[in-house]
Amino acid sequence: MLALKNVEVVYHDVILVLRGISLQVPDGAIVALLGANGAGKTTTLRAISGILDVQNGKMTKGEVTLDGQRIDHLSASKIVKLGVSQALEGRRVLAELTVEENLRLGAHTNRRRLGENMDRVYGLFPDLKQRPKFIAGYLSGGQQQMLAIGRALMSAPRYLLLDEPSLGLAPMLVQEIRDIIVEINRQGTGVLLVEQNAGMALTVSSHGYILETGKMVMDKASAELLKDEDVREFYLGLHSGGDQIRSFAEVKQYRRKKRWLS
Amino acid sequence: MSLLQALLNGIALAAVYSLLAMGFVIIYKSMQVLSFAQPALMLFGGWWVVYFATTVSLNFYLAVLIAVVIAAATGLVIERVFLRPMVGKPVFAVAIMTIGLDLSIRVFAGNFYDVSPRSTGDPWGLNTFVFFGRLVINHRRVAAIVVAVAVLLGLLAFFRYSRMGLAMRAAAFDQEVALIQGVSVAAVFAISWALASVLATLASLFINPDLGSLAPTNYVLALKALPVVVIGGLDSIGGALVAALLVGIAEALTGTYQSHLTPYVGQNFSQVVPYLVMFVVLLVRPYGLFGTREVERV
Repeated sequence: MLALKNVEVVYHDVILVLRGISLQVPDGAIVALLGANGAGKTTTLRAISGILDVQNGKMTKGEVTLDGQRIDHLSASKIVKLGVSQALEGRRVLAELTVEENLRLGAHTNRRRLGENMDRVYGLFPDLKQRPKFIAGYLSGGQQQMLAIGRALMSAPRYLLLDEPSLGLAPMLVQEIRDIIVEINRQGTGVLLVEQNAGMALTVSSHGYILETGKMVMDKASAELLKDEDVREFYLGLHSGGDQIRSFAEVKQYRRKKRWLS
Repeated sequence: MSLLQALLNGIALAAVYSLLAMGFVIIYKSMQVLSFAQPALMLFGGWWVVYFATTVSLNFYLAVLIAVVIAAATGLVIERVFLRPMVGKPVFAVAIMTIGLDLSIRVFAGNFYDVSPRSTGDPWGLNTFVFFGRLVINHRRVAAIVVAVAVLLGLLAFFRYSRMGLAMRAAAFDQEVALIQGVSVAAVFAISWALASVLATLASLFINPDLGSLAPTNYVLALKALPVVVIGGLDSIGGALVAALLVGIAEALTGTYQSHLTPYVGQNFSQVVPYLVMFVVLLVRPYGLFGTREVERV
């Protein structure tokens, strides 16, 4: 189980971005983390992967645990070795390097099983298998996203963190990415899926969290979230009835269901 | 002297410059810092060669090997002690700091040695190869070319095939991506400094190609690698090589012909040529011949 408990993150010593959030990714589950821009989704993933300091951020409270062991003070490289890998937002492939080199970089911490993991990734993404020597920067957007996910899988993680894998992709490709996430999960990897595309994320996940300006405002089974009126309106763009336009402020009345402080 | 002779000397000179320039580029690529400590590292490494080869009178190649190991360790220590705490600080501050390092290393290390030139104790002496009866090249220059080519091929293989080399390329391209894949960026910095220090040490063997000696004032010669990297574009190893050839040959040609053609600018005008070439290149391409456009202008 990968878990966050009351995590608070501050950037540049003054900007409070996460205001005590908690979430859990059980072994082998897919968990969705939804929220508008600036809610703190990416920061949550940064906190887990231990790369807050790159952006001058700090975890000031709370803890991140992996099977009960705290991992929030470990270096990014140790966290990868423990089996938590992330595909960053916006693909971030190494554009000047080849497909194969990108994947080899992913295996930096797990060199011994390079071949095995490479076969697994090529199995998931036949498109990449056809062009190992291709310069990554010339791949299409969809292929780059696949390469980014594949690279994150090269360390054979137990938990895969995906930051908006559907960003900027055509609906067909979003479907494809969705199927791949299901397949990766079927092979035994837990997934924490951060998405703007709530429809996609909630149909693939078993549990969903909704983050709003640094606070968890909802935490339910995905099937329930899909039925929730407010989620339908604000994240899925579906109106339940009438054509009256409700203001965002009117509906923002969630209460946190869970309390961790006793 | 013939034109061919000047070209030959220019290529040998380019070999030395390329060794030094690659050190600059490796550090720049990994840290985005222009290290001015390279000339001091060259003297420092060279002095250990002098010490082991002449004072202790070990075999020259063994002396070089020991010096290389010491140089690598020194690079690691310098990075850990002086540069690691500066991570995240403005690169300008870090660059200035390397100037301080350069001065300190030269003064401290210089106190243990003479200020007068000392022989590196290499086996090449004044031996020369003669081609076609007229083309003369001494063994040291040949050695410089051989070492530079071997080191370059070695580095290319390292960056292409090894795990750490790939990690260094990744970190140079996108540090955050390297981090998230488990690369220790601190290790990348450390290895860059060790590599640069070793390259500088190797360059010290050839910095005086006619004499095979080393003197504290030779740091001026090493400083000419700076225009080389600026011309090549700070973040391009290939660019550094092309620029090394350009500068080396320009300098050798000037050395050969200038005293006849323009006697009024005096002797040793060739020493200034690398900087002149740099001015011209910067006027046309401020980011260097092969540099990335976004790279900071120096």
